[in-house]
Amino acid sequence: MMANNYWKVLTRPLIDDNPLTLQILGICSALAVTTSLDTALVMSVVVICVLALSNGAISLIRHGLPRSVRIIVQITIIASLVIIVDQILQAYAFELSKRLSVFVGLIITNCIVLGRAEGFAMHNGVWPSVLDGIGNGLGYALVLVIVGAIREFFGKGSLLNVQILIPASQGGAFEPLHLMLLPPSAFFIIGGIIWFIRRKQPRQVEKPEFSLRPEQVGDSR
Amino acid sequence: MVSEQVKPVSAARALTVVLVVAFICALLVSVVAVSLRPLQQANLEAERIAKLLLGALADIGQAQTLENLEARIVELSSGRYDATQNVATFNAEVAAGRPASSVVIPAELDIAGIKRRARHARVYLVRDSSDAIELIILPVWGRGYQSTLRAWLVLDGDTRSVRALKFYQHGETPGVGTRIEEPEWEAKWHGIPLYDDEGVLRIGVNSHMGGGGIYSAYRVDGISGATRTTQGVDRLLRFWLGEFGFGPYLQQVREAGA
Repeated sequence: MMANNYWKVLTRPLIDDNPLTLQILGICSALAVTTSLDTALVMSVVVICVLALSNGAISLIRHGLPRSVRIIVQITIIASLVIIVDQILQAYAFELSKRLSVFVGLIITNCIVLGRAEGFAMHNGVWPSVLDGIGNGLGYALVLVIVGAIREFFGKGSLLNVQILIPASQGGAFEPLHLMLLPPSAFFIIGGIIWFIRRKQPRQVEKPEFSLRPEQVGDSR
Repeated sequence: MVSEQVKPVSAARALTVVLVVAFICALLVSVVAVSLRPLQQANLEAERIAKLLLGALADIGQAQTLENLEARIVELSSGRYDATQNVATFNAEVAAGRPASSVVIPAELDIAGIKRRARHARVYLVRDSSDAIELIILPVWGRGYQSTLRAWLVLDGDTRSVRALKFYQHGETPGVGTRIEEPEWEAKWHGIPLYDDEGVLRIGVNSHMGGGGIYSAYRVDGISGATRTTQGVDRLLRFWLGEFGFGPYLQQVREAGA
């Protein structure tokens, strides 16, 4: 029973409760870092680590945390973890950290991290919170990797910087889709993924929040 | 999963938690930032030098990108590539300052006036479409008139002649010593052979104190008024191309190519 519950905590955020496609969180970084697969992968790993550690740390101190200052304490912990990860990237993966530029630092403001801290870690034990962090990180990673792979493949004809299709400029038959390297393409692809998931799982479709008032007698034309 | 109700917290306990969290976070961030600083700075330095090098290559009509430059670490005394050294983080200046990673240059050989040199050096190679070495780029430095002259010496892939000599850092007298950076003087280095037919190193700079004579084909005229600076150039070239510099390495390249 317990193991089953843990499994659910870990796997629900992949499709059923995906932070990107159901809650539409973390879109900004998903647009910015998915022009190629390698940056998407590094960003995914970084977010998984930050989410797991921040959820664990916040769950650990949740009983001693006064409600009035909980957000700032959560942000302090998240910010520290992100700075540490950023420093490690700058030291050991300099090229990638330059290409990810500010988007590693901006994980601090990624709504998924604070959302899971406030929504899950504050009310659950350490172990489930860590699993929830990993699960949500994996859910984010899944979308990032799909988008990154599509954009790199169609935008540059390569995957992980290995050239697969030879571009027309070098005598091949492949014409790179430069749109894929621009931010709007990520909107289209993420939109497509959301449409696909909701078509398979109609319960994810939101009810319209506002509808037009039916026309009544006395309305001026 | 059943959610727990969060209990009210006493002010003293709350303050303790907040302070402890702040302290631990500050400690972790500081330790990581300080301990990784040297590595990060080495990365930045390597990038800065690579950019200078790209600029120097562009100036001689060799537009290259960073990906095309193959960086290798050479163990200078044997002249062989040393794969145990990290190409990205190797810093010749730092290495030269540490007894374990440097050697004292015997006074009679120290014509460039640099006293110590690192045991290793980072060289860059540019390959042509058939993967043969097209250019060899060596970092060279030595004492000028009032500062250390630092330059890229770009050699042809067969190591036998100079493609370019590009000074990227020095503090010589403005308008006099700084003329070593002028395109007119730099252009004179193009195509100068390093060795004579017997394989003896002959490259150098002429001055009023000593001319080229029969070796004038191997020598570039110095700059009048900048004798001390250009003699520094002469000596640093002879040092770095000699037995205590890149001599063994160039020998290895020639043997590998033959």
